[in-house]
Amino acid sequence: MDWQPFLLSLKLAAVTTVILLIVGTPLAWWLSRARAWYREPINAIVALPLVLPPTVIGFYLLLMLGPEGPVGRLTDGLGLGTLPFTFAGLVVASVIYSLPFVVQPLQSAFEAIGERPLEAAATLGAGPLDRFLTVVVPLARPGFLTAAVLSFAHTIGEFGVILMIGGNIPGETRVLSVAIYDHVESLEYAQAHGLSLAMLGLAFVILVILYRVNGRLTRGHHL
Amino acid sequence: MSGGIRARFRLRLGGFSLDVDLALPARGVTALFGPSGSGKSTLLRCMAGLHRAEGRMQTGETVWQAEGVWVPAHRRAVGFVFQDAGLFAHLDVRRNLEYGWRRVPASRRRIAPQQAIDWLGLGPLLGRRPATLSGGERQRVAIGRALLTSPDLLLMDEPLAALDLQSREDILGYLERLHDHLPAPLVYVTHAPGEAARLADHLVLLENGRVRDRGEPAELLTALDGAAARLDGSAVLCGRVLEQDARWHLTRIGTDHWCIAVPREDLPRGAPARIRIQASDVSLALAAHDDTSILNVLPVTVDDLRDLGPAQQLVRLRLADGQPLLARITRLSGERLALVPGKAVYAQIKSVALV
Repeated sequence: MDWQPFLLSLKLAAVTTVILLIVGTPLAWWLSRARAWYREPINAIVALPLVLPPTVIGFYLLLMLGPEGPVGRLTDGLGLGTLPFTFAGLVVASVIYSLPFVVQPLQSAFEAIGERPLEAAATLGAGPLDRFLTVVVPLARPGFLTAAVLSFAHTIGEFGVILMIGGNIPGETRVLSVAIYDHVESLEYAQAHGLSLAMLGLAFVILVILYRVNGRLTRGHHL
Repeated sequence: MSGGIRARFRLRLGGFSLDVDLALPARGVTALFGPSGSGKSTLLRCMAGLHRAEGRMQTGETVWQAEGVWVPAHRRAVGFVFQDAGLFAHLDVRRNLEYGWRRVPASRRRIAPQQAIDWLGLGPLLGRRPATLSGGERQRVAIGRALLTSPDLLLMDEPLAALDLQSREDILGYLERLHDHLPAPLVYVTHAPGEAARLADHLVLLENGRVRDRGEPAELLTALDGAAARLDGSAVLCGRVLEQDARWHLTRIGTDHWCIAVPREDLPRGAPARIRIQASDVSLALAAHDDTSILNVLPVTVDDLRDLGPAQQLVRLRLADGQPLLARITRLSGERLALVPGKAVYAQIKSVALV
């Protein structure tokens, strides 16, 4: 049994989730508070990966990141090489593909907080960053948890995008979903079973933990 | 601190405009009083820096807002109590109380958490989350939390409006006792004349974003062309406890010039007391009858009259010491008694409430 694709998927999901929480939090905060006219277009861009076929996203990413694409030229010019068919390329693709799964739960969690706790914190002497860390983050904790779990699970389940820009390089871009597909193609059902069952078990455990923790958090916070 | 509070704001919000210029005393309680939509809350939010309007805001020598000066809310030494309390759902009562206190430099702290806990009876609540508190308890915590920021100015935005009658009475009691300990001037927004009369040393009447009148609560609330004619119409008399009548179980309250008996209240002789009398509980007579069940009959002088409609009339009366009292009578009665300003009559008071 070859566990490398399984571990690679876990690593990709973990790195993607960390990056998305860092990038998605300010974006979701801005979307939850901004009144600018360009809020809706940006909201739509964030939601695009939800409705586009993964192959379409993968295709455009391939063009953009490839040696002839604008991003590809930039990374090449910086001496970083091009991103397609590398692990870093998968991370970039996953971040874009899973962005709405982080931004949307965070945005709803931030909107649900309302202005009142922030105004109260301001009159109690807390500056903007202080307010965010001591009021917004704890009150939005269920949102952060949902965002992290969804991003993690969604990245593990990725297939189309990865096939388009990552290919099938063992140890570099051959993630779980691609490996299962490969095994089935070559009628290696036992290997496909092993990886699929591991995946099924992991997904189930993650969701149980999510509902447990979220249930506890929201119960404690009812007003 | 000298100079009190200076608040001048101009603001347009759709069809509403606010245009006020207020100088408020540096001590005591000022009630911002007026109907809903008059701009009271907006004015209060402007003072706290939660809302930005063109103008000037100053407490004592500290300028919070002026031309080219804007101190954000979190740098103003202000305590704010919201109508819905606005407690932090993720913190227990103790940590809610300490949230602001911790953010005040130790050298500026004028009050310790234990003091606020004692004043407001918060001891039994300390470990609880806001979700498990009643509306009144939440508001008490919110008041304590605001006090603990050692503010130069305390602002309360209709803190009792969302509460049931019993909690309202409780909190009013706490606020009245707090009155003498208040470390800073308090500006209190309300549309309830009873709250204004009980708490305020100073009243500002707001209408359509403008200051319509200002002055002593007792006078303003009984002005016939102002609040009294539109509201339920009641007067508040200030006196002190004159004596306890053990035999009839009564407490007599008054001044050198008048005396009113109320069902016995456990108050020491000489303690200040306020009595609220509804205009509809006062009838008038030309002579003092002793053949009536009404206990409280006071000699008064007619000050002013105003028709409330085709049948009713509101009469403003003065007690011997000048305190105003309101009576609502029929126009027919007014005609029969030939009431004119300056006429001496007797006010028969059916019921009174100690406030």
